Amino acid sequence: MNARKIEILVGAFMAAGLVALFFLAMKVSNLSAVSTGDGYRLTARFDNVGSLKVKAPVSMAGVRVGRVEAIAFDKKAYEAVVTLHIDESYDTIPADTYANIFTAGLLGEQYIGLDPGAEEVFLVDGDQIVHTQSALVLEQMIGQFLFSKAEEGTQ
Amino acid sequence: MERSGASSVQLPSDPMSAVLDSYGGSHPRQGRRAYCPSGECLVQVRNLRFSHGDRLIFDGVDMDIARGQVTAVMGPSGTGKTTLLKLISGQLRPAAGTVEVEGEDVHRLSRGDLYRLRTRMGMLFQSGALLTDLNVFENVAYPLREHSGLPESMIRKLVLMKLEAVGLRGARELLPGELSGGMARRVALARAVALDPMMIMYDEPFTGQDPISLGVLVTLIRQLNDASRLSSIVVSHDVRETLSIADYVYIIADGKVMTQGTPDEVMSDPSAWVSQFVRGLPDGPVHFHYPAPALERDFLERGL
Amino acid sequence: MLDFLARLGRGGLGSLERLGRGHLLLISMLAGLPALVARPRLLVVQVFNVGVLSVLIVTVSGLFVGMVLALQGFYILSRFGAAESLGVMVAASLVRELGPVVAALLVAGRAGSALTAEIGLMKATEQLSGLEMMAVDPVKRILTPRLFGGFVAMPVLVALFSAVGVVGGYFVGVGLLGVDDGAFWSQMQAKIDLHEDLVNGVIKSLVFGFVVTWIALFQGYDATPTSAGVSRATTRTVVHSSLAVLGLDFVLTALMYGE
Repeated sequence: MNARKIEILVGAFMAAGLVALFFLAMKVSNLSAVSTGDGYRLTARFDNVGSLKVKAPVSMAGVRVGRVEAIAFDKKAYEAVVTLHIDESYDTIPADTYANIFTAGLLGEQYIGLDPGAEEVFLVDGDQIVHTQSALVLEQMIGQFLFSKAEEGTQ
Repeated sequence: MERSGASSVQLPSDPMSAVLDSYGGSHPRQGRRAYCPSGECLVQVRNLRFSHGDRLIFDGVDMDIARGQVTAVMGPSGTGKTTLLKLISGQLRPAAGTVEVEGEDVHRLSRGDLYRLRTRMGMLFQSGALLTDLNVFENVAYPLREHSGLPESMIRKLVLMKLEAVGLRGARELLPGELSGGMARRVALARAVALDPMMIMYDEPFTGQDPISLGVLVTLIRQLNDASRLSSIVVSHDVRETLSIADYVYIIADGKVMTQGTPDEVMSDPSAWVSQFVRGLPDGPVHFHYPAPALERDFLERGL
Repeated sequence: MLDFLARLGRGGLGSLERLGRGHLLLISMLAGLPALVARPRLLVVQVFNVGVLSVLIVTVSGLFVGMVLALQGFYILSRFGAAESLGVMVAASLVRELGPVVAALLVAGRAGSALTAEIGLMKATEQLSGLEMMAVDPVKRILTPRLFGGFVAMPVLVALFSAVGVVGGYFVGVGLLGVDDGAFWSQMQAKIDLHEDLVNGVIKSLVFGFVVTWIALFQGYDATPTSAGVSRATTRTVVHSSLAVLGLDFVLTALMYGE
């Protein structure tokens, strides 16, 4: 096997590897969906974020408009402070929008769903979403259900 | 043939004691040391001590290799003759003693100096040790391309010259796998002299060769030595071939130099052990029979 | 009893000795990098030996692994009504774990054993000594190019394995089993993260490539220079590098995906 043939084959090998890597990056991973980094930040406070994770999607009308960037805990107010990163193209979020924590599908990844309000003032970088609804906790729901059932029974 | 008389096992005789026995004490030539006056010695080995594991291979060996001569180092198989070559070239370190090549202590040299020294030493390995993925031409050109810094056109001429000297210029395209043993050794020889070293070491060059290749090799070794004023060290146990071209001979056994001298002196050495070795006698100080109990006992008793 | 303990101790010391020798060899091999940069041709030849010659076994295996994943995954996911997630399952398994690990095991078997045999035979036929006598450092000239050849070739092979596996999974899942084409890709694209999954997979492949090649070269270099010695060394290469890959995979996975 002469030297030139070897070099050509190695070149083809590396090229094939690059193509495979490219394919994996583009078609398989979420590269195309990853935000370019341009956007703005909003905060929202919740009593309970449930199992919400960083990088969870933020959607509006079912369309992904951003990601959860950070989840922190306020020691004084005993609340969770969630930082949302919104893509810059979605700049018409009304100031009285509701931020809810929903569960996607049965096997439940939690995400933040934004329910638009009616105001004409839009949120900008650094604003806080005032209206929030915490995640539903199964035990609390069962507790409420039993309690209401018990009440019904006594009436 | 000697046999053990009583039912006790006879231990193999130690050649050293056999030699000493035949002199009633001391070997007359043992006192003789520096055979060449200093300055004419290419390699000087003093008090060399080396062990491999718990086996003592060399126990205080002194040797001088003179310039421009063919020096033979002979001895029974397994006495460490190849090890000696590796000690001289610095591939192994002795436990004690010194090896000086051209006045420099080989084992004190820095890596760079040692490598420089090695470019002036050629070695012919028992198997040729050619690089299997290069053809004959490439193999001989290898040391030239590495160290000479010469342009490719010059290298080509040099390689062809070296191949011509060993008679294999026409085989330059062949791969080592396509060569016979003798041819491989000749190519290895051409490679060993590629950089025109001052000294060549031959590790068992005659082993397993057919008569014609043998004749070719013997002639080549002597001719190369004389034509290029090289110094050669031939390690072998082929007595006839080696003695036919050697200028000086060392016989090593049991980690010591048993005897040394010119081929004539060695052939006429009175010691029984040396005599058995150089004449290839089946029995003598080195016994024919491996130690065993008396014959009668083995046949009369049952079991192994 | 005492004899057993003595042998155990000797064996332990022997293993420590070998471990030390292996690391010393590694340092010598790495020291040969500047010399290698001056002669890139040597590296190219080694990438060919380790990489190109392994392409067939890696891609065929990748194809079959991807297809089997799709087959098995479909039956399990269908039970939960989650057949649409087949794409995610196949891709995640391949990119995160099976790609790096299985490709590394295959390379250890094919290229690793070939390297060990080659170096062991060079040692047995005194070619390494011959190079030393020609004042060429055999470690820098013979071993270093092979170490870096394996290091460069492995990520390429892993990428090929994973890519071919996903394609194989696609043909079985969508083509044979009727999973929705759009769901297959879109779910996959939503859930497989570039950094978390792909980059981690590449890091794993680099680590495995390095370790597998190192073990193969050391076993060859350290082999007893006889034919029995070389065959023992070849076996040891496959066993040791397979165990090393699996062990390192656990450590790396814990580091990368742990909380």
